Amino acid sequence: MLCDVCKCNDATVFLTQILEGKMHKVNLCEACSKEKGVQDPTSFALADLLLGIGAAEEIEKGAPAKKCSVCGFSQADFKKTGRLGCSECYVTFAEGLGSLLKAMHKGTEHVGKLPERAQRTMALNQRMRALTENLQKAVADENYESAASLRDQIKQLETDLSNSA
Amino acid sequence: MKFSNMLSTAGEWLRGEGPHHQVVISSRIRLARNLRNRAFPGWAKKAERTSVLEQIRSRVEELPEMQDAFSEGLQDLAALDKQVLVERHLISREHAAKGAGSAIVVNRRQTLSVMVNEEDHLRMQSIRSGLQLKQAFKLVDKIDTALESKLDFAFDPRLGYLTACPTNVGTGMRASAMLHLPGLVLSELINQVIQAVSKIGLAVRGLYGEGTEAMGNLFQISNQTTLGEKEEDIINRLTKVIETIIDKEHDARQTLLQRKPSTLCDQIGRAYGVLTYAHAMPSKEALNLLSVIKLGIDLGAFPEHQRLQIDELFIQTQPAHLQKSSEQKLNAEERDYLRAQIIRDRLKIFAKPDISKMVRESGPSFTNGPSTNE
Repeated sequence: MLCDVCKCNDATVFLTQILEGKMHKVNLCEACSKEKGVQDPTSFALADLLLGIGAAEEIEKGAPAKKCSVCGFSQADFKKTGRLGCSECYVTFAEGLGSLLKAMHKGTEHVGKLPERAQRTMALNQRMRALTENLQKAVADENYESAASLRDQIKQLETDLSNSA
Repeated sequence: MKFSNMLSTAGEWLRGEGPHHQVVISSRIRLARNLRNRAFPGWAKKAERTSVLEQIRSRVEELPEMQDAFSEGLQDLAALDKQVLVERHLISREHAAKGAGSAIVVNRRQTLSVMVNEEDHLRMQSIRSGLQLKQAFKLVDKIDTALESKLDFAFDPRLGYLTACPTNVGTGMRASAMLHLPGLVLSELINQVIQAVSKIGLAVRGLYGEGTEAMGNLFQISNQTTLGEKEEDIINRLTKVIETIIDKEHDARQTLLQRKPSTLCDQIGRAYGVLTYAHAMPSKEALNLLSVIKLGIDLGAFPEHQRLQIDELFIQTQPAHLQKSSEQKLNAEERDYLRAQIIRDRLKIFAKPDISKMVRESGPSFTNGPSTNE
């Protein structure tokens, strides 16, 4: 049997994993298994290998030759490692990551714990939306006194927001 | 706290006092966190890794939970000491492979361990005895909240906590329990259970996590997904599944006692015989046989008060713990001799398995079994 990755050497490492009821099998030669980190079982997951190949292609489609502005990570690096470079990579490669995350997880949006910092920012953002709406309404009603007060509140909120970010 | 102090005391989870401890060895919750806009450890250059480590480590050490903790840079830990930590599930195998730029902080009771610069900047783990996922979460959630007030964690309102691997994004939480399932293995029902569990989005793994073999009838079950579900919901779902598996395991044991009592007695008798008289004992065989003795205790073949003796052997006969106790590096053959000797010494105080007690406790159908003429 030939290795699934290089397709030239005889496979000597055989991996089987059951993922959501489906059986996945990968056969690797000594050299490719080392390269993929199979020797160190914790750093290797068949899912990563299987998903990783697809995932890298997804990302390539979404962002050809794009590099993360914060850490310089590229989609080629993702293909190699199956890991991202920094938190900003989630923004840089958002397009390609979307479908990958959808396939991997139960949902596409976080519904769990919010750090206090994020809670504060979200509350401020919500207040901002309300104030902006009121301002538009006040202007439409030609209620300039209240519009001026709302404008000042918005200004203050903008500084608070930039401080909390 | 010094390494030697930590080594001499077993972690709380090893004492096996938690709920459902006959089947659930331990419950663990791990949270992954990263600093905003700093390269993840696998991608960061050494200088950046070191600066992140300095920033995080002091914050972790000053937590009230980490009073008198064991804290060490990975470059300052000997290979054998790292392996000891892996065998106690306080660090991952991946973390053990790290050197300068990574660190480990473990609290005094060994219920909390924080890995700095593993795959993520922070991997915080709580480990408890028995089925206590909620309690474990409470503990690790508390230090997470304390740390987030001092560190700027990478968090996105839509994607949640951002992690190096997209498989952890969202809650960044992995909840897992280590289960001892000899009944399901002996009655050949284990594959059914594994398949059913993996169908509902949970993962089943071997003793040391991803990609490792199931030895000693020990299985780790954990959540596979981290995005789109609340921490509490993940934990409740996992707890329910585990409770079902516990029932199945007890059912399997009862069925074995009633339908195949001689097979069961044979297994327990052989395990006792081999462990009591063998002079070379490989670690895998030791785990498998100790597992059967543990089952024997659960079923009443050995007295309950000897449980801890066996539970301790599960860890003490692991390769690194063995070498640590003999204070020298041993090759595999020497380890097998020493392991056999430690087990023989320990089993000296064990009387022969009391098959009749198992018989009495399992009801009348058992007494007609063929093994009673033993």
